[in-house]
Amino acid sequence: MNLAAALLLAVLAAPLPLRATLHVSAAASLTDVLQELAPLYEKQTGDTLLFNFGASSLLARQIREGAPADLVISADELTMDSLQQRRLIVAASRRSILSNTLAIIVPGDSRMKIASPADLARDNIRNLALAEPQSVPAGIYAKEYLRKLRLWQKVVPKVVPADNVRGALAAVESGNADAGIVYKTDALHSKLVRIAYEVPASVGPEISYPAAVVADSKQPAAARRLLDFLQSPRAQGVFRKYGFLVKPRQ
Amino acid sequence: MSAAEWHVVAFTLRVAALSTLLIAPLGVGVAWLLARYRWPGKSLAETVVTLPLVLPPVATGLLLLKLVGRRGPLGQLLDRAGVDVVFTWRAVVLAMMAMSFPLLVRGCRVAFEEVNVRFEQVARTLGASDWRVFLTITVPLALRGIVGGLVLAFARAIGEFGATIVVAGNIPGRTRTLALAMYDDVQLGHDDAAFRLLGVAAAIAFVALWTSEAALRRRGAPR
Repeated sequence: MNLAAALLLAVLAAPLPLRATLHVSAAASLTDVLQELAPLYEKQTGDTLLFNFGASSLLARQIREGAPADLVISADELTMDSLQQRRLIVAASRRSILSNTLAIIVPGDSRMKIASPADLARDNIRNLALAEPQSVPAGIYAKEYLRKLRLWQKVVPKVVPADNVRGALAAVESGNADAGIVYKTDALHSKLVRIAYEVPASVGPEISYPAAVVADSKQPAAARRLLDFLQSPRAQGVFRKYGFLVKPRQ
Repeated sequence: MSAAEWHVVAFTLRVAALSTLLIAPLGVGVAWLLARYRWPGKSLAETVVTLPLVLPPVATGLLLLKLVGRRGPLGQLLDRAGVDVVFTWRAVVLAMMAMSFPLLVRGCRVAFEEVNVRFEQVARTLGASDWRVFLTITVPLALRGIVGGLVLAFARAIGEFGATIVVAGNIPGRTRTLALAMYDDVQLGHDDAAFRLLGVAAAIAFVALWTSEAALRRRGAPR
């Protein structure tokens, strides 16, 4: 009996505040880098991180419906604005931590040459994979960029929209899409695609990854600690290794 | 309902009808072979035919993608012939065919098994050819089950999602079906639009089931 009671006590006591389990909802483009950072953080603090990766628009929708999340990292400011307007995040905790650039990619074995984005309008590019351009940040950025170059109307019939940026990457990796526009960090990470054209940061849309503590979080202090860690020199080094542009700590 | 939503509904009905038409001859034939004959490899064929029913639809989609993708064995040939499958309406039809085929075969097979072999034998002794026996004895007696199988296959095609999104994507105006449009609306938080499409899907299912029931009753088939 005593043993059973002791066991029960141990089970009940285990998840107490000392060690937090944090739910992190993060943009799909952060999948690999955050998975490399997670063990570093878990070792340093004893906290456990549970990730939910997806299109930022989908993450926002999930948070609106009450999905468990302590920290949210979106790939654009608009999505975060929509959460802030609904008071679903702690506004004071919000900060932009990263930036990125766009890249036009082709399958690794493709001989397609893309000297300028205008080549996307040519007939030998039959389809162009993007993240969904109405709601998913990577798609919205790509659309904004092509609009600025007055190319959007010409390429729109070829667009194959994916659920998130990694879906667009996969369509090019498999060779089923002739080209795609994704973040440079996604392109760098994949061995199956080739960057045909890099969109210079000065010309492309301004890409920002804001992070914030979720208002419903029951462990906001632990969430803030994770946010601070993501801006630590150690984490920033890992982000740079993956090709992200790191924003200075405000 | 917006024009785009009506377009989605019309497109879904068209591709589901085409899918059902395309699988009908093969599905009825396979069902008949499974119901009437023993042949080597029969249980293997049974398993393969039933597989899409028990596999996760996404897995069926993946197999189709590997088969007809531009680097797949079939896809390479089609690509050389200038036929695009992946991310086109053809992929939607293909996914619907694969996913609804088992339902058609199951429905028809049971129907054929219930036809008394005696009637077929009598017709044959009276000099009717195999083909004539099949068309004038077997099919009419099994019609109720065959129509049931076709309606079920059509309804399954209308609702197809998992395999479709893998091979055909979710392209507005090109591959977006009712189920994909509903998924999109849910993701974007357009619940009212999703409910409108839900209403249409329910109406289609109701009409399909009701017409098939009514048609069969008028033929005087036993209840």
